[in-house]
Amino acid sequence: MRWPGGRWRCLSKNSSQQPAPAFCMMIGMRTRDLIGAWLLLLVAGPLRAQHSYTAADVEDGARVYQANCSVCHGPEGDLVPGVNFSRGKFLSVKSDEDLQRVILNGIPGTPMPAATFAQFMGFPVMAYVRSMSAPGQRTLPDGDAVRGKLVFEGKGECLNCHRVGVRGSRMGPDLSDIGGLRRAVQLERALLDTVRDPSPEYRSVRVVTKDGKEYKGRLLNLDTFTVQMLDSGERLRSFSKTDLREVSVVTDSGMPSYKDKLNTQELADVVSYMASLKGMGTQ
Amino acid sequence: MNGRWLLPFLASGSLLSQEVTFDRILHAREEPQNWLTYSGTVLGQRYTPLTQISAANVKNLELQWVFQARSLEKFEATPLVVDGVLYTVQAPNDVVALDAVTGRIFWTYPYNNSREAHACCGNVNRGLAILGDTLYMGTLDAHLIALDAKTGRPIWNVKVANASENYSITHAPLVVKDKVILGAAGGDLGIRGFIAAFDASTGKEVWRFHTIPGPGEPGHESWKDESWKKGGASIWNTGSYDAETNLTFWGTGNPQPDWDGRNRPGDNLYSDSVVALDADTGKLKWFYQFTPHDEVDYDSTQVAVLADMEWKGQPRKVMLWANRNGLMYVLDRVTGQFLFGKPFVDVNWMSGFDEKGRPMRVPGKVPTREGALVKPTVLGATNWYPPSYSPRTGLFYVSSWENTGTIATEGGRPRGTGNTPMAASTLGTNLKTEEEGYGAVRAFDPKTGERKWEFKMNDITWAGVLTTASDLLFSGGREGYFFALDDRTGQLLWKASLGGQVNSGPMSYSVNGKQYVAVCAGNALFTFALK
Repeated sequence: MRWPGGRWRCLSKNSSQQPAPAFCMMIGMRTRDLIGAWLLLLVAGPLRAQHSYTAADVEDGARVYQANCSVCHGPEGDLVPGVNFSRGKFLSVKSDEDLQRVILNGIPGTPMPAATFAQFMGFPVMAYVRSMSAPGQRTLPDGDAVRGKLVFEGKGECLNCHRVGVRGSRMGPDLSDIGGLRRAVQLERALLDTVRDPSPEYRSVRVVTKDGKEYKGRLLNLDTFTVQMLDSGERLRSFSKTDLREVSVVTDSGMPSYKDKLNTQELADVVSYMASLKGMGTQ
Repeated sequence: MNGRWLLPFLASGSLLSQEVTFDRILHAREEPQNWLTYSGTVLGQRYTPLTQISAANVKNLELQWVFQARSLEKFEATPLVVDGVLYTVQAPNDVVALDAVTGRIFWTYPYNNSREAHACCGNVNRGLAILGDTLYMGTLDAHLIALDAKTGRPIWNVKVANASENYSITHAPLVVKDKVILGAAGGDLGIRGFIAAFDASTGKEVWRFHTIPGPGEPGHESWKDESWKKGGASIWNTGSYDAETNLTFWGTGNPQPDWDGRNRPGDNLYSDSVVALDADTGKLKWFYQFTPHDEVDYDSTQVAVLADMEWKGQPRKVMLWANRNGLMYVLDRVTGQFLFGKPFVDVNWMSGFDEKGRPMRVPGKVPTREGALVKPTVLGATNWYPPSYSPRTGLFYVSSWENTGTIATEGGRPRGTGNTPMAASTLGTNLKTEEEGYGAVRAFDPKTGERKWEFKMNDITWAGVLTTASDLLFSGGREGYFFALDDRTGQLLWKASLGGQVNSGPMSYSVNGKQYVAVCAGNALFTFALK
């Protein structure tokens, strides 16, 4: 993970009332999440014209889908016989209303259960499932997962920030089961896109103690009096702000674009490798 | 990928030194700032060498921080502390990593048990184990999960047994060398108990010891017909380990059905026993059965406390055991030889031991149609909550109950009367008189069984005991008090009212030279230190 250069914004400064250090936040060059932005361009537009889904609906639905639906349907929506969300193929669903009803109520007598998430999430999940069959999303050719692993761990230096199983860094998102959580098209865009905001759970923090020691790492918690981080040595650390003279949070992602760093085949191979990562699961 | 942050990662030489090796666990007493296994050490003594908090200053203890669990279940877990990070379990199976100084959260791992998950007596969890950078937790739906201690990410998840067949896991696993050892609860619901070891790296099962022998195995004859298949002998407390003999010791639960032994005549091995297993293979080295053919529910799921002491003029490796059946035992832990047994509460179901250490039953002290008064009664003289042994005082400290009740069979259906209700997380009111039952912390000389002192409580107790090298004893009870006693006299030195039942074993740790004492009460974890 890199420590990005760029603009910083101080959210609070030392005051006479609180012995807190200056608190600065780096302003990201872009604030829109990759998936949301991309889907806004490629998916939400046509969908909105037809069904009035928003990009935010699709994005919200994607999160719920990955947490609740992907385990049976798979990230591409093609694991249940007779159903393929990527191709818009359903057993009985025709309208959006049908789809939303099945999402929320399940199908009695089949393994499809009723939703355990909030009822109001039925609409965004439906929007996401519909978005999966939007055309023209993949740009890379098919790749080879075995070659992709070599690129991932070698030239790509992905383990410097990411972790797969028990290997690699804990600073960035753990990718051990990314293939079960993200569609190949999403993985592809994540590699090709440029700087964007990471999920808040992967923000970076830098503190400087009053005696001049600097610690950088992944931000775990920030409150009025303390800061918790996983530092760059991968040690869980907690600081009292009274012992610090500076606290800085970076909201930018350290994830660069690999568009010009890997060739097309290498990118395709890495995508294939990541798509193959399904975690150890339950044995 | 941009490598500007790579250098700090590679330059950090501290990562390996932070890992909890088994050697560190084995010698946990040499780093008293940490609490690396359920009872503090693999010896099960729940004793800390820390001395900053002493009899002279304990009155200055004050609350440091509280962790409020998002759970209404009983909070029975003993935390682990590793180099300033405290790990505990929010019942039933959410793991949290906290800053041990401030209580602020580093991470939370939420676990959703399957719908089949259930336990007889509360959806509880008593703690974690750690090895390397990995935490281990048994779950209510009978899985064993390995988590990255730095992030809370699951590394592997293996099914230990079928929750749909009433198996569950409620105790903290025990790490021995490269293995994670644990067993399954569910004895009252008709399981066949077992203890199993799993490869700490992969989760692959290495061995499994059934606490009820199968056909052809020694002890199988102690069960009639098919009764062995659902005979109980469950595991719901953490075992101990002796490195010199490479034996791991586990207490087993009652036979099932618990109050009706008519369909399971015989001793019902190895229920209500301690089994000594080779830690590498799971082979049975010896066993001792505390209560043959139990019909009262005298689970022997206490922590085996290991101590080295002079016994009749000779050094001896012994095991101390205060049992739910009301008897305190000293066994030779190398051979299993019965050395000593004596009631530590009022006992009327046995009248002594034969030359082999088998209890001699008093006729009629079993469930009858009219009802038999049995002492101790169903909930026992003590239970799972951990006792303590102080190598400094040489005394054995036990949370004890004096309790009365009858067990009767009415039309073939057993029932109990006069029993004290099960523990809960919230405070209740106590209307019992002392004659009807009370709780106490009692100190015993394990060489003679002589009671040195007791600290009486009006209500009974579900709290464990911690002793310190500064001659303090910490415990609590169902009244919600957490207190410190002089461990040589039982004198009350300090107390705090925590607003919920203390259903856990206290522990102690230190960070940056400051000693803390932690205990769970109600639905929260409380930590105290000196002002």
